[in-house]
Amino acid sequence: MKPAPFAYAKARSVAHAIELLANDDARLLAGGQSLIATLNMRLSHPSLLVDINGVGGLDGISSNDGHIEIGALVRHAQAERSAELGRRAPLIALAMPHIGHPAIRNRGTIGGSIAFADPAAELPACVLALGGELAIAGPQGSRVVKADDFFKSLFETALTTHDVLTSIRIPAASAQTRVGFAEFARRHGDYAMVGLAASGRADGKRLRDLRLAYFGVGSTPVRAHHAEPALEDGDIDAAVRALAQDLNPPDDVQASGAVKTHLAGVLLRRVARQLDRALS
Amino acid sequence: MNAQVHDIIMTVNGEETRATVDARKTLVDFLRDDAALTGSHIGCEHGVCGACSVRVDGAVVRGCLMLAVQCDGARVETIEGVAETDEITDLQEAFIARNALQCGYCTPGMLLTAQELLAAGGVPSREQIRVHLSGNYCRCTGYQAIVDAVEAVAQARHSSRETR
Repeated sequence: MKPAPFAYAKARSVAHAIELLANDDARLLAGGQSLIATLNMRLSHPSLLVDINGVGGLDGISSNDGHIEIGALVRHAQAERSAELGRRAPLIALAMPHIGHPAIRNRGTIGGSIAFADPAAELPACVLALGGELAIAGPQGSRVVKADDFFKSLFETALTTHDVLTSIRIPAASAQTRVGFAEFARRHGDYAMVGLAASGRADGKRLRDLRLAYFGVGSTPVRAHHAEPALEDGDIDAAVRALAQDLNPPDDVQASGAVKTHLAGVLLRRVARQLDRALS
Repeated sequence: MNAQVHDIIMTVNGEETRATVDARKTLVDFLRDDAALTGSHIGCEHGVCGACSVRVDGAVVRGCLMLAVQCDGARVETIEGVAETDEITDLQEAFIARNALQCGYCTPGMLLTAQELLAAGGVPSREQIRVHLSGNYCRCTGYQAIVDAVEAVAQARHSSRETR
């Protein structure tokens, strides 16, 4: 299908984008890899698209005081090639090849993926597992929202329609950092049936500060709060059992809730093995 | 400007092209309907099948997931332009030799996507080839022959670099 008519404006700056977003029914256009698909299928019909692709200063990757800051317009392919992210944000690097296909990654952006907040997408779960923060610019100024408070409901986040997500901040990995990532998808690059992003810290033989973030199991990425302490104690069987308390995935076109819960346990065993390994 | 219709200038296969487009027109619709370049095909129109793959500023993208108006000032290359420059002649010949196409609908997208992988250099494994082509559907071949063709070209290009 073809999109319904809309107006289009190219924002010159973040401030200009915010000004344009004051229009009724305006939508922000970044990489467009989800938005344009929904326009084509007429699932969405904004009156104005505000294109931020030409806005400078949003496509950098930098490190400062123990954090990595990723500009919202950094494209997946750029992140995938970044040696700095590979070294200092290894969870993001692990997830990257699973995000869409090469042509999608050439165009799609890190910020767009997080702002769109598809419940089966990889990056929202990664930023939740990492305890990251999202920097947002809006009509009332700038604010920072923790990933824990960002994902509200199905495709709903702390962003209002007048806001621009400007960057993602995550803690930089240290020698003690342990991460893991795995997903099941019917075709490589498709949205996951179930996926898991995990981050923790090695303390001798123990894991601490473990955060397990599942995706594809609910309306937002979901922390497995009961499985986390069990896995920190090294009891993988108890951790898998605890998932029954943590997850209640609804049936969808891909699989029943029961199958998804089973797959979540399989993924936890795979990710647990990755978490045992030091970063190379 | 904040309008439903825009004047754009883009370089299509090396030629400067001026046009007035509706904001809602996708890049692949523009290329097919306005520029009469029908080598880029339209399959699913939501980014799943890869039939509409084209290059924008050197990177392969989905022609159905970009708007023509977004390509104002961009360098766009379609299968027609890329084939004409001889860049993929060996790949095209390998596809023919190995029956890596039947109906041909996916072929332009397959060629551009495979060329992006090959241009990165080295000899990718069959698994890497499959993963790189995972966003391009082929409903005829079962992919085996496509992977064979891409692998053969990777090896041939590699050995011609070695002996040069």
